[in-house]
Amino acid sequence: MATNSPSIEVRGLTKTFGKFTALDHLDLKLEGGKCVGFLGPNGAGKTTTLKMLTDMIFPTAGECFVNGISVQKERKRALHVAGVLIESPEIYPSLTPTQALEMVADMRNMSHAERAVRIPAVLAEVKMSEWADEKVGKFSKGMKQRINIAAALVHDPEILMLDEPATGLDPRGMAEVRTIVRELKKQDRLIFMSSHILAEVTDVCDEVALINHGKLLFYDTLENVTSKFSHGQVSFDASFARPMTEAAMQVQLASTAGVQKIEQLDPRRFRIYYTGDLAGQAALLRQLSALEFDLVSFQESKSALEEVYLSQIDRGD
Amino acid sequence: MTLGLATDPTGVPASTPGTSVRRPLLRSWRQVLKLTRYQLRDYLFSRRFVLMMALVAIIGFILTAVVGYYRPPPFLGNSGSFYATFWGSGVTVVIIFAGVIFGGDAIAGEFQNKTGYFLMGLPVRRATVYVGKYLAAFIASLTAVVFFAGLLLANGAYYFGAGAFTADFFGSFALAIVYLLALLGAVFLFSSMFKTSTYATLITAVLFLFGFSLLQALIADLAHVTPWFILTYADTVIGGIFNTSCLSAPGTHVCMSPGPPGSPPITVTNATIAEGVGIMLAYFVITAILGLFLFEREEFT
Repeated sequence: MATNSPSIEVRGLTKTFGKFTALDHLDLKLEGGKCVGFLGPNGAGKTTTLKMLTDMIFPTAGECFVNGISVQKERKRALHVAGVLIESPEIYPSLTPTQALEMVADMRNMSHAERAVRIPAVLAEVKMSEWADEKVGKFSKGMKQRINIAAALVHDPEILMLDEPATGLDPRGMAEVRTIVRELKKQDRLIFMSSHILAEVTDVCDEVALINHGKLLFYDTLENVTSKFSHGQVSFDASFARPMTEAAMQVQLASTAGVQKIEQLDPRRFRIYYTGDLAGQAALLRQLSALEFDLVSFQESKSALEEVYLSQIDRGD
Repeated sequence: MTLGLATDPTGVPASTPGTSVRRPLLRSWRQVLKLTRYQLRDYLFSRRFVLMMALVAIIGFILTAVVGYYRPPPFLGNSGSFYATFWGSGVTVVIIFAGVIFGGDAIAGEFQNKTGYFLMGLPVRRATVYVGKYLAAFIASLTAVVFFAGLLLANGAYYFGAGAFTADFFGSFALAIVYLLALLGAVFLFSSMFKTSTYATLITAVLFLFGFSLLQALIADLAHVTPWFILTYADTVIGGIFNTSCLSAPGTHVCMSPGPPGSPPITVTNATIAEGVGIMLAYFVITAILGLFLFEREEFT
């Protein structure tokens, strides 16, 4: 049965390839306008899940639903409202980006008036307007990926399923993808995005699901995940204008509450492992600023999500 | 500019958020026609189309030059003999080449080149993709057959004037179209069986250019069994419709062909027109169903 707010759901989703279990009874329900990051190491089952959500491969057991419609039973109706980018597809080389998007728009029953607006708009959004009438066969991997992103967006989808959308893109392209995702979130779209780039997920996603060995380790808001699994521990890198020894730094912070460990990275840089709240972090920063060695920078050495990711994946392995 | 809020300078209203939800689904048969159109455009503007037309031109040129230079009397005795040899043998080769060039990688290429990931993200049934691609390959191949028929009719008009345009020729043309349907059905089946275009293309070419003919000869000569189940047995009706080499009554199963001078006639087992059409249509239906069945179950791993 169809639902009102955008939704993606997988129930008991299992996929085996011979003796190898790629996905093991995955249950996941995403609902509402938001971006959900789908994380996991290589071979964890992310792409397998997305391929079953788009009926490119078939579950050994379980079922997938888009807006309450079974993908396995009604692929056409289920994918009607979704924009899909799986595995960096190739586009027919004889087509131009405009022709490729016209084909997508045509198959999705977009009117000529809609196409006339949307195709130039999405091409502009992915910075491919000046290549609109060149044959795709000549394009680099990154340029093709931009067209694939445009193809996923051209029909103004309510739901987006993106499998590592930044693949093949340069840093500017990656930043543009993040901007696009942020814009779509503002418009209440549900975005389900697999990614290896934790900074990207931290930047744009509201929730994260982590899988490993085909099993779901957790699915929660970014805030809950980091507070639940990091136990308040973070590490900071502090850089100074003048060199100092580790022993000197130990003395300076000996009485500071929450400091667990200090590591010297080079004569001017230290990593400080800290457990405590934001007020405590502010106090630590003030204390470091007051030192005579002239603090020049103070930042988290790893993102909180990265800490959680590594700890959970290591534990699972 | 933000997606979904774009405005058009001409004043066309911009797409508003969630328009994909309100847009009605396109019927599958309309998606088939649209896909056929895009696929056909891809074929017609590709190098493979130029290659196919060049092959037809070369085959036509060689046949024209040989007939024009040697002017063999049995060949030019009447338009039936002319068509039976020139068209009957030439068009099957043209159809095999067209099938290999336009159909060999039609399905396998979607997996190998990863273009299938682009298509299968769309709200389309797999059958829609299969039928759309089949129709495009059929139309592109038919263009090559029509080109070859044009070359042949030009030759026929040169040698026989208005008498070149016989009902038998148009009947044979229709049979060639049925053969094209069957051959493409088989080609698409092979293309669905493999995820590598090369295998599908090679198997089709080898089977239809040599394999089936060899098998047919072996079965007929060694086992003395009529090889009615082989497509190349059925395709003889394309030339057989002119009934120029058969001394028996037209449409009979066993045909007495004149042997070498001084020797008795040779007994040749031929398909009748009805049998030929039946076999070719059976090939088309069975291979289409099997090919579609395989494609429906093929995974984009």
